[in-house]
Amino acid sequence: MRIELEKRPNVSKLFSILSPVIALVLTMIFGGVMFLLLGKNPVTALYSFFIEPLMEVWSLHELAIKAAPLILIGAGLSVCYRSNNWNIGAEGQFIMGAIAGSILPVVFHEWHSPLVLPLMLLLGMLGGALFAGLPAFLKAHLNTNEILTSLMLVYVAQLFLDWLVRGPWRNPGGLNFPETRTFDPVAILPEMIASGRTNWGFGFAILAAIVIWFMMRYTLKGFEITVLGQSERAGRFAGFSSRKMIWFSMLLSGALAGLAGISEVSGAIQQLRPVISPGYGFTAIIVAFLGRLNPLGIVLAGLVLALTYLGGEAAQLSLGVSDKVTRVFQGLLLFFVLSCDTLIHYKIKLVWSNLTGTATEGAH
Amino acid sequence: MSADGQSASGPLLAVGQLTKLFGTFAACNGIDLDIKPGEIHALLGENGAGKSTLVKMLFGVLTPTSGEIVWQGQPVRIASPSAARKLGIGMVFQHFSLFEALTVAENIALSMAPGISLNRIAEEASALSHSYGLPLDPKAHVADLSVGERQRIEIVRALLQNPKLIILDEPTSVLTPQEADRLFETLNKLKAEGRSVLYISHRLEEVQRICDRATVLRHGRVTGACDPRKETPSSLARMMVGSDVAHVSAEGTSTKGAVKLEARHLSASARTPFAVSLKNICLKVHAGEVLAIAGVAGNGQGELFDALSGEYPAGSDDVVRIAEKPVGTRGINARRLMGAGFVPEERHGHAAVSALSLSDNLVLARNQSDRRAFLGGGVLGLIRQDAVKRATKRISQAMDVRKSGENPPAGSLSGGNLQKFIVGRELDRQPTVLVVNQPTWGVDAGAASRIRQALVDLAKSGSAVLVISQDLDEIFEVATEIAVISEGRLSDIYPAAELSREKIGLLMGGMYGKTESAETAHAH
Repeated sequence: MRIELEKRPNVSKLFSILSPVIALVLTMIFGGVMFLLLGKNPVTALYSFFIEPLMEVWSLHELAIKAAPLILIGAGLSVCYRSNNWNIGAEGQFIMGAIAGSILPVVFHEWHSPLVLPLMLLLGMLGGALFAGLPAFLKAHLNTNEILTSLMLVYVAQLFLDWLVRGPWRNPGGLNFPETRTFDPVAILPEMIASGRTNWGFGFAILAAIVIWFMMRYTLKGFEITVLGQSERAGRFAGFSSRKMIWFSMLLSGALAGLAGISEVSGAIQQLRPVISPGYGFTAIIVAFLGRLNPLGIVLAGLVLALTYLGGEAAQLSLGVSDKVTRVFQGLLLFFVLSCDTLIHYKIKLVWSNLTGTATEGAH
Repeated sequence: MSADGQSASGPLLAVGQLTKLFGTFAACNGIDLDIKPGEIHALLGENGAGKSTLVKMLFGVLTPTSGEIVWQGQPVRIASPSAARKLGIGMVFQHFSLFEALTVAENIALSMAPGISLNRIAEEASALSHSYGLPLDPKAHVADLSVGERQRIEIVRALLQNPKLIILDEPTSVLTPQEADRLFETLNKLKAEGRSVLYISHRLEEVQRICDRATVLRHGRVTGACDPRKETPSSLARMMVGSDVAHVSAEGTSTKGAVKLEARHLSASARTPFAVSLKNICLKVHAGEVLAIAGVAGNGQGELFDALSGEYPAGSDDVVRIAEKPVGTRGINARRLMGAGFVPEERHGHAAVSALSLSDNLVLARNQSDRRAFLGGGVLGLIRQDAVKRATKRISQAMDVRKSGENPPAGSLSGGNLQKFIVGRELDRQPTVLVVNQPTWGVDAGAASRIRQALVDLAKSGSAVLVISQDLDEIFEVATEIAVISEGRLSDIYPAAELSREKIGLLMGGMYGKTESAETAHAH
């Protein structure tokens, strides 16, 4: 017996819209089973994981803070993935953006000016873009696989940050902790809403999502991205350059990841530490696909995935389970999103092949 | 082999009410067909008529939804190609399945039962190929062989299994007329040995020449069973198409104007190991004429198109000229802005993106040439959907594009209708130069005649048209001038009236001494 995927003659419109919802429900069911196996009551566990974080204002602010980088990065990645450029290294671009943006508050900490913050943000975007430029260059000119190069550069960025905060950028007055000095107030991203901690990073995220949505929907550039993603040859016929598109999509997603990095550091952490991201750059890949590579969908998906981070923290406290539960939920979700999408386009067929016929043929 | 003793009049293969559904679409709908021992049986039909689906069921590639297959009087279920081979059915596919980096013998060995030595296979293949007049060197690498020779490998591979029935899917579409003649001799030899041949084609002339009986398919149904020699080409065409096909008139295209498109000593090295390099190509297309470039597939047609369209620009400006201006290094959109239009061979993924709507596919080709009409918002480059949709509608009407809905995805159109749209998309601009590669490849006869007439009409209105085609019938219908491409070299250009099929066939085989004539090279 073998399993075949057979393409469906036509794709159900209803189910392609429902697919993310079905994936969410399946994630809940299997998450419940997991809690059951851990010896917890699945209903209360799921409640404290997914509902409790939404019941209080302060925790909604936390949700927005966690969703901001996911949405920013996810929106950039959607451009990459739609144009068939597989940037897996947003985590590294996030870190390099944070480092580049932190040059001003760490190295030039005596400079106090209203220009500091805008310059930090620009430097953050530049840092992320340049770091994404490495795999872009390698792909555009040496034809390397960007999945590998961008992924491997993540570890370079992580180790570089680690070296910086333990070495040259360590806070002289910080009792030898591996941290930079805390940022000066002029270098801190202000809060967006009076009721809580949500900073302007969330505003950037929503803005970026809307701008990219507009670009994809209405402009020739968006059309170029779609065409080159579907067929490089047709893109060439249209006069679009796939090499330029590698640069455009990688630099754009790198810049947005860098902006997310500096926003996170300047808004939420307010200094550099050896670890500044709980894997936002990787989780954003799930966000991009859960949002169907549509920037508006990505806003929703970013909020959902942010909830898994919050839920993981809550589950640690109230249920006493490891925060690895967060990863499990994210993994389940990605698995179900991708399988739902596959099953919308294909149906599973079991082929009970007539083994006797082929066996005699093969025997010689 | 008890069934061998059957009477000669009983059919070798009989198919009853064979049906294959894909979803709700019936690719084959209640097909009845019988093949007698020792006959060459034609299966006629347009692209999409269900011919390939039918033979795939006979060869065990597809499983029928319903109906029966009777082989030598016994109902059989053919589960796989190897089961078909065991019964005695061999098949030569339209698209070869050969490994270019391996030798002929190695390729043949791959389809044989394991355990036979390569030397024995080489010997047998060589002997067999010579006895059927299809000489093959078993040690040659496939990459070095012509398309005709590659086809011989497939035929020899099928013959080594000693089949009673050989299925050939559009075998002459890749052959020169001379190569086709040799194939026909081989088929007659097979017939004389008592083997049967199921010959799939849409070329009426050759079917009339070699086939004893014909079954005609249209839209998955049998629309006729006849003796092709007793029919006329137009009566066969009627069975295939269901209506009379308009005759293309090339009258009035003989007046020569200024040179609109020119290549001067155009050379281009091959981009991939198995591509063809262009060698010193010189050509001129004047306003008001249709220059057709004949040639067997894979002799540099695609590469020539790429160089003329600017998808892969040349190294220097002077080698390609549009309206007397050097454009060799310019991209495709710069050439479009000078009034040129281009129609590539491959519809899906080159001329059009299947998943995108027709209006998006209009933007694909005309995003720069019609910038003013289709784009707004200055640097933002907003696509003006209303203008694009109006133009899409205009083109669809002008070319009679039949589609479901107002603006369906390109992939949902039939080949002929999509091709009409793709050609219409360029004609709608009134290009002064049009370069078309295989304009009616895989297109039904009705759409083909419409497209050909449109090309002729464009030339009549004073544009220069370059048609690259493998189809000699098409070339003689539209061309005022003809040249032949072979292994990346272009022959001299001849007036269409002075060339016979035989002469073209010789040129296709590369048999010409290219002279640096004043006509093609030094006129300026």
